[in-house]
Amino acid sequence: MSKVLVARDPPAHRWISSGRAGDVAITQAIADPLFTGFGRSWWFALLITFPFVLWLLGAIIWLFYQGIGIWGINSTIVWGVAIANYVWWIGIGNAGTLISAMLLLTRQRWRASINRFAEAMTLFAVAIAGLMPIIHLGRPIYAYWLAPYPNTMALWPQWRSALVWDFWAIISYLLFSLLFWYVSLIPDLATMRDRTPHRAGQLLYGAFAVGWRGSAREWSRLETLHTTMAALGVPLVCSVHSIVGLDFAASLMPGWQESIFPPYFVVGAMYSGFAMVVVLAAAIRWGLSLQAIITPRHFDAMARILLMASIVMFYSYATEWFMGWYGGEHAEREAVRFEFTGTYAPLYWALLACNCLIPQILWWPFARRSLLVLIPVAIAINIGMWLERILIVWNTLSHGYMPSLWRSFHFTFWDWSFLVAPLGFFAFLFLLFMRLVPSVSMFDMRQLAHEEQAA
Amino acid sequence: MTEKLLAEFMDGETLKAALQRVRGAGHAALEAFTPYPIEDLADHLGLDRSRIRVAMLVGGLTTAAFAFALQWYSAVIDYPIDSGGRPLNSWQVFLLVPFEIGIFAAALSGVIAFFRSCRLPRLHDALFDIPGFERATQDRYFLLTASGDNTADLRTVLTEAGAVAVTELREP
Repeated sequence: MSKVLVARDPPAHRWISSGRAGDVAITQAIADPLFTGFGRSWWFALLITFPFVLWLLGAIIWLFYQGIGIWGINSTIVWGVAIANYVWWIGIGNAGTLISAMLLLTRQRWRASINRFAEAMTLFAVAIAGLMPIIHLGRPIYAYWLAPYPNTMALWPQWRSALVWDFWAIISYLLFSLLFWYVSLIPDLATMRDRTPHRAGQLLYGAFAVGWRGSAREWSRLETLHTTMAALGVPLVCSVHSIVGLDFAASLMPGWQESIFPPYFVVGAMYSGFAMVVVLAAAIRWGLSLQAIITPRHFDAMARILLMASIVMFYSYATEWFMGWYGGEHAEREAVRFEFTGTYAPLYWALLACNCLIPQILWWPFARRSLLVLIPVAIAINIGMWLERILIVWNTLSHGYMPSLWRSFHFTFWDWSFLVAPLGFFAFLFLLFMRLVPSVSMFDMRQLAHEEQAA
Repeated sequence: MTEKLLAEFMDGETLKAALQRVRGAGHAALEAFTPYPIEDLADHLGLDRSRIRVAMLVGGLTTAAFAFALQWYSAVIDYPIDSGGRPLNSWQVFLLVPFEIGIFAAALSGVIAFFRSCRLPRLHDALFDIPGFERATQDRYFLLTASGDNTADLRTVLTEAGAVAVTELREP
């Protein structure tokens, strides 16, 4: 693939590291690979991820056939990997919209390079997250009972149930994210419609571009709509993950019944999601040769946010410990002691290392700009955040009020399946997205180039 | 007679300057087409303000009110569950669903209002027939103008303002 935009070192402009990035160059750099294909490496990656799709499908079928007993859950640890995965995936999903909306509202122009694929990440992650509570239901055939609908049984959902809150939160958030993503995609779909040499592409992109012409009226209305949606998106995202936090906090279990849970979950979501964006940005930058558009400065900005979030996470953990001690209740203090010394202590220490200790390297500017440092840190954060999610479930359920109910959780093959296979499925969806839709917002980049005087 | 001319420019600055000159010469500037949003262009063209936000507010609040009423009706009237004497109308937890669904409904109303106010989706437009107009979504800047009665004069104004091409728009 020939490079249209050549990255310069040192960067020529603040957020675009090419000498000149005119409208044509930007459009070509982002859109043309979609017509010419990405070559063998893309197909190879798709081939690697496809078995995971089949694996996930097979695991779901087997689960539906056999029941949730195939997992390592027992009568004490009734929530296992499925719920941890749900919280983890929706956390990743939260970041896309949060990043995109917050950066839009605060007029951070550099978002142009990352918002599109961050929002795509949200869509896929939330869809996978939405799967988890359903497969966890035990009787998934009745999942639709969560929705209010006229029925001969005269049944209504129990509105005070956390499961019902989840249902509305996930479905509203998924549909909202889809609209938010699609609205900002329309002008780029029009560009694709006007550039594609294939008739099928013209029809397909044309249908989704709904006849966009780029008129001043359309642009101004789109901007009104998009910023208003962003303003609504921020409280929505926070509320969605707060509801996930409430699923735990609304219970009476030691280690769960904490008022810090909703905000702590929201920060955790932003943290893991931003880490995932760093990994995906590096992959897209390399895969599509977008070195001029996704620059070291972008990684620097994201790394600073990760560093900030890691400090807030540490503060949240410390608050948990403090409140456990200060509250004075025996079971709460036991729960904290069990975290540090109990069955899962090695995992807990690993969590603290991944989430609090390792990211401290980002204080050094060289680490923020070096992908060789930043990517391992981001992966460590994602692992740490998953450990946090699973330990929230395990620690409390393994060591509740009743010593006679103390048990530990042991992984089965199917637990691993639902942890690993969705990752491959996510990568598979992401590869398809990269192939079909411009991964970076072209019109935002054009505007940015003009503002940076790089055009 | 009035005719519509579509002028093509190489950049947004030239287009903005041309817009002023067209106005100054007594012609009408109807619409501009650009590959990225140019600030204040809609204001310069004198487009009316949109009511998208109003539609979003109404759509969101109505749906939220409906969701709350539905919960209240089902939990208090139609299917009351007395659980340890707790109040049936536990309105605090009833706020979660209206909030979530209300925001989604506001977004959906916004999208519908956006489509309506831009007359989208449209399958075809007379502009799409003009050769080169496909670059409006890539790297060229177009201005749609209407002459008062002197087309030749408008053509001159546009060319002098830096238009690289001027095309007559014929609508069926």
